[in-house]
Formats: sequence, C-alpha cells, structure tokens
Amino acid sequence: MTATYQLSHLGALESEAMYIFREVAATFERPVLLFSGGKDSVVMLHLARKAFWPAKLPFPVMHVDTGHNFPEVMEFRDETVSELDVRLVVASVQASIDAGRVVDEPGVSRNRLQTTTLLDAIGEHRFDAAFGGARRDEEKARAKERVFSFRDEFGQWDPKNQRPELWNLYNGRHRPGEHIRVFPLSNWTELDIWRYIDAESIELPPLYYAHHRRVVRRDNMLMSLCEWIQPAEGEEVLEAMVRYRTVGDATCTAAVESAATTAAEVIVEVAATRITERGATRADDRFSEAAMEDRKKEGYF
Amino acid sequence: MELLRFATAGSVDDGKSTLIGRLLFDSKAIFEDQLEAVERASLQRGEETNLALLVDGLRAEREQGITIDVAYRYFATPARSFVIADTPGHVQYTRNMVTGASTADLALILIDARNGIVEQSRRHAFLASLLQVPHLVVCVNKMDLVDYDQGVFDAIVAEFRTFAMRLEVSDLSFVPVSALVGDNVVHRSAAMPWYEGSSLLHHLESVHIASDRNLIDVRFPVQYVIRPRDDSHHDYRGYAGQMAGGVLKPGDDVVVLPSGWPTKVKAIETFDGPVGEAFAPMSVTVRLDDDLDVSRGDLICRPHNRPHAGQDIEAMVCWLHPAPLRVGGRYTIQHTSRSARAVVKDLAYRLDVNTLHRDEAAHELTLNEIGRLSLRTTVPLFYDEYRRNRATGSFILVDEATNATVAGGMMLDPSQVTG
Repeated sequence: MTATYQLSHLGALESEAMYIFREVAATFERPVLLFSGGKDSVVMLHLARKAFWPAKLPFPVMHVDTGHNFPEVMEFRDETVSELDVRLVVASVQASIDAGRVVDEPGVSRNRLQTTTLLDAIGEHRFDAAFGGARRDEEKARAKERVFSFRDEFGQWDPKNQRPELWNLYNGRHRPGEHIRVFPLSNWTELDIWRYIDAESIELPPLYYAHHRRVVRRDNMLMSLCEWIQPAEGEEVLEAMVRYRTVGDATCTAAVESAATTAAEVIVEVAATRITERGATRADDRFSEAAMEDRKKEGYF
Repeated sequence: MELLRFATAGSVDDGKSTLIGRLLFDSKAIFEDQLEAVERASLQRGEETNLALLVDGLRAEREQGITIDVAYRYFATPARSFVIADTPGHVQYTRNMVTGASTADLALILIDARNGIVEQSRRHAFLASLLQVPHLVVCVNKMDLVDYDQGVFDAIVAEFRTFAMRLEVSDLSFVPVSALVGDNVVHRSAAMPWYEGSSLLHHLESVHIASDRNLIDVRFPVQYVIRPRDDSHHDYRGYAGQMAGGVLKPGDDVVVLPSGWPTKVKAIETFDGPVGEAFAPMSVTVRLDDDLDVSRGDLICRPHNRPHAGQDIEAMVCWLHPAPLRVGGRYTIQHTSRSARAVVKDLAYRLDVNTLHRDEAAHELTLNEIGRLSLRTTVPLFYDEYRRNRATGSFILVDEATNATVAGGMMLDPSQVTG
C-alpha cells in the first residue's frame, strides 16, 4: 500500500476477479467452477478462495474428464479439492461415449467431444453459471468474448449478438435452460498468470516445471509418450528436459524444452518466448485459422 | 507496475489497426507464430507484411472486411501493463465506443493527416468526454504522406482544441505519427524534429493516472455477505465488496444506507490479512462494530458525506439495442450492487453526436442514439453524479422480456435544471 493509493497491475486484476466471483455468487442460484488442474483453473480457484474467505467456496467445482489425463494432474486435482473441502463433480467424456452421445475416433483427440459432455453436465446439474479460466490474450476468438458470456439453451455462443458490457455492471439475466459462462481471468495474460503464481506461491501440478520425460517430435511439437501416444514408424524417442505451458488432454498437449524449475524461472522463459502458448503446445488449435471460433460457437469452454 | 486501460477509436482507413499492430509489434507483444500467420495472409493478398492483419478478428469479420465488436488486446512494457479496448469505427460505432470507453483511463483518437478532422473524429471525442475518460490523446496519423509538415499538424491541433472547448476534456494531448513507418509510435522520429513531445508509447507509459480516481467520497456498495457458519467463525459477518470511492479505514464512523444506522468500521479484512486502508478498486471485506441488518445493495459511507438518495433519476443514456426506447417503457435497472425496476418518465431531448444539437421534440431513442432521460425507480438508489464518480454514477437498463442490455446511463446531479 502506497501513499498514492494505486494498486499494482496484479492487484487490480486480482480485485477485478474477486469482484466477478462475488457478483456471480450473489446473483446466480447454481454456479460451478470448471477445474481441470491446469494453471489457469488453479489460479481461478485460488482467487475464488480469496473472494469468499473465511467462508468456504459457495459452489462446487467440475472437471470435464476426457479420460486421457496426465496422472500427476489427477493427483493434484484430488488433493486440491480435499484440502479446500469443496465438492468435485466429474463429467466423463468416456461416459458420454459409452452412452452413445458422442463417437470416439481412435487416434483423434477427445478435445472436441468435451463440449457435449460439458453441456450435458450443465443441464443435468442445472448449473446456471460456469466459471471458466479462458483469457482474452489466448486467441482471437477469445479477444471478443464478454466476461459474462451468454449461452442459449443449446449452449451456443453467438459472437455477433453479444450483450454490451459497460463499466463493471454485468448482466447475468437468463431464462431457465440458458446459462452464463463467466471468465474472471479475461484480462490476464500468460505472463500475469505466472507472475501471480510466483507472487502468491500457488502450487501447480509438477509437470509445469522442467523435468525429464520421454517424448517424440511430432509436427514440430514434443509429445509425451503415454498409453495413447506411441512412437510411429520412423519417429525417434527422445529423452528431453521439458515442461508444459498448458495442460489439457494428454493426446493433444505438447511439452516445450525448458530448464525452468521454479515459477520465477518460468517467468524469465515466458517473457523471452516468441511463440504463443496455444501455437506452441496445442495441436487442436492449429488445424484451422478459425478452430477455436468454431468450437466456441458449439459451446466449448 | 500499474495497469492502464485505453480505448482506441477510428476506422480502418485511419490506420488504427496498423497503429495497434505497430504498438504490439514494436513493444514485442507479437509472437512469431502470429507474425508468420500475418505474413502468410499478406502474401496471399499480394501485399507486404500488413501489421493491420495482426488485429484481425473473427471469420465473419475477415470475410466481410469489417470489425463487428470490441476486441481486447494486451501488451506490457517494463513501465506499465496495457489493456486496449479496440473499438471499430463504422458499424455500431456508438455502442462499441461507449462500451470500450466505459472502463478506459485514456482514449486514443486517430485522425488522418491528409483529411484533417472529420465528423467521426468529433463524434469519438464527444463520446470520450461523455463517458468521462480522463485522458484524451489525438494521434495525427499518416504524417509521412504530408511530408511531415508541421503546418498540417499545427492546423489540426488548433482546430481540435477549439472544438474540444465545447466538451469536458481535462487532459488533451497530440502526437504526430506514422503508424505504417513507425514514426513517434514507440520511438521518437528523426523525421519530425519540430515535434518536441514524447512518442505515443512513452506518453501511454507516463501519463499520470493516480489522481483520476475519487479518493474523497467513501463509497462501499455491499456486494455479498460472508457468513462462514462454521465453528471457528461462529458469529462472523463480513460485508464483501469493491471500493467505489474514497479511503476507508478501521475505526472510521460510517452509516449504512438505506437504514442510516451509524456504526464504526471494526476491521477491513482480506485473505492475506487485515488492511489499514481500502481505496478503489480494492476488493475487501468490511466488518462493522454493531450487528446491523446489512445486505447486498446497501451502501456504506461516511455520515457527513452521503451520496444522493432517490427514486427520481436524471441521466444521459446511450441506447444500445435495435428495439427503441419509448417514454413509459419499463426496464430493470442495475446500479452498483443494487437492482430495481424503472419506468421512463420523460425524454428531455435527443442529442446529435455530430453537431451536439438537442432535439427536444424527440419521443424515442433508437440504436446508437444518446438522450437525456428522467427515470422513476421502485426503490431509492444511492448514487453520485457520474462526473464525480464513474462507479456510483453509472447504470445499465435491461429489457425484462428479452434480458438484453438495452442502455448505459450516466447519472446527473438531481438539482441540475439543464445539462
């Protein structure tokens, strides 16, 4: 606190996010926080905790589980929810496949299938607001997303017909069956997230920091070997020092070479990096110019 | 490091996208994969690398060559972090400009040096002033196309200053730039030795924003009541919210509106521990000495510095929806953490944003129009004049049938006869 009464930029972003959490808790009946164990959702959960302290979170968290997980992330997820004493809802893509709601194509990422599972779970639990960790700096379709993003009864986003959002007066009104996606981290950048993780000593799944891993180089990305990723003919298995910039479905999230073992070291790398985090590590965003835009319209995160 | 939010306004022809692309590129906020995508797209169009494509948006926009919505962009320098609300110049200009300007510390207006001040420049300046954006920067762009002529720049500055005297602009600056070449965007240009001011980026980094907020009038709208109901916090009652004005300290005498009960601030708490003072825009939890009935929508202030309280509201509104406003219409009003129903009692006039002419015969407002309204609300609102406090002086109107946000409003002093 200084005599100029000016918050730091992280302080301003934190305060804005806490304000958004409290607005939703005060005006919605059944909110849920989407929690994957990825760094953005971990930061989001930390901010939610701050917003309601010393009370517990007034809503559950939900993981949309593709079944293709990094074991370290699942372990982290379970430890976190038990420590915070918060209810975890797991929405399973495998269950959607078994029920015939979606068709799993072998060798293809389950990323897109998550949309059906997510929307089914929102309907089943009658959630009226879902907090997501998306940031506007991630991608150009996200750059135009509102903080309170209205979804119709089919869960769809209509980018051409969004509600104007003025000052900090968020309009969350909706009819039964419709819902609002809420993005408290809208104005954060990747570097802000890391600076905040460092400043607040927020714990992350270990694969966000440099570690040894067996990988193959595929489409110029380092994919970790696991149950679902095996070397194809002619692919060489490398032992590399890597970390993850994003953590999603294990079949479509790549690692980057890194020596950073602390948040402070990651910040140095992120500040120097010249490639966006989605461009570097997400096979799913590279298949078309408008990949994210199309998935978002269908109701994706 | 501070955060500065700024809104840009201008059309494609003014070189706005090129200017933003240049700021992002020269401040190294552009990544290689983004630049490669732009190079590919430029090549396809048979152009040299077109920085404007960096800020291209959705597919529908690319197909139609237009921008349909406010886009938010981010970059940082060692001095500050920046959030840009990039608003399109043509389609739905008022709605988008008002949205972008509502949260902006600074508005950046582009003028093409060859064309000088056009209708759109005046409109943007007026909207920035209506929304009380504290700082206005006019970039006179395409100086390279007028041979970096000081006379051209000086004439535009003089004309703009004359026009701005009719507006409420407290801080006005001018920078001659060429976004295409990069003159005076990030670095001072050798091509214009007659210009003694700073580059645009340097201005954005150093403009003084600390005193823009209201630190005089304590305003704390209660947003959410925290009651843990567990054994360790059995009787805990905390009032969570975001400071909207003034500086609040433990021990301060306060009153809670609407009840008007006097009490004292027992503590101001956060997850990280108690704080000795809270100011806007901090999110905190306030605890009071007395056990009062306080709920969301109440407002905590000092006993001798209270906001206006009333059900009759005078305001300037910007209409944001295709279905027009009509006198007698009923809406939901959202103001700070308080919601009520409101009926439109009167439309005093519609304002022409180009000429500032007041049309007192108007009986409705259509999309993108601005007018002065009288509203009657079902419960009292606790508010300040927008000019004095943007947080406690602003509201939105929501259509009760469609749930659409139909208007943004700026409250006026109730004793003001004209305005």
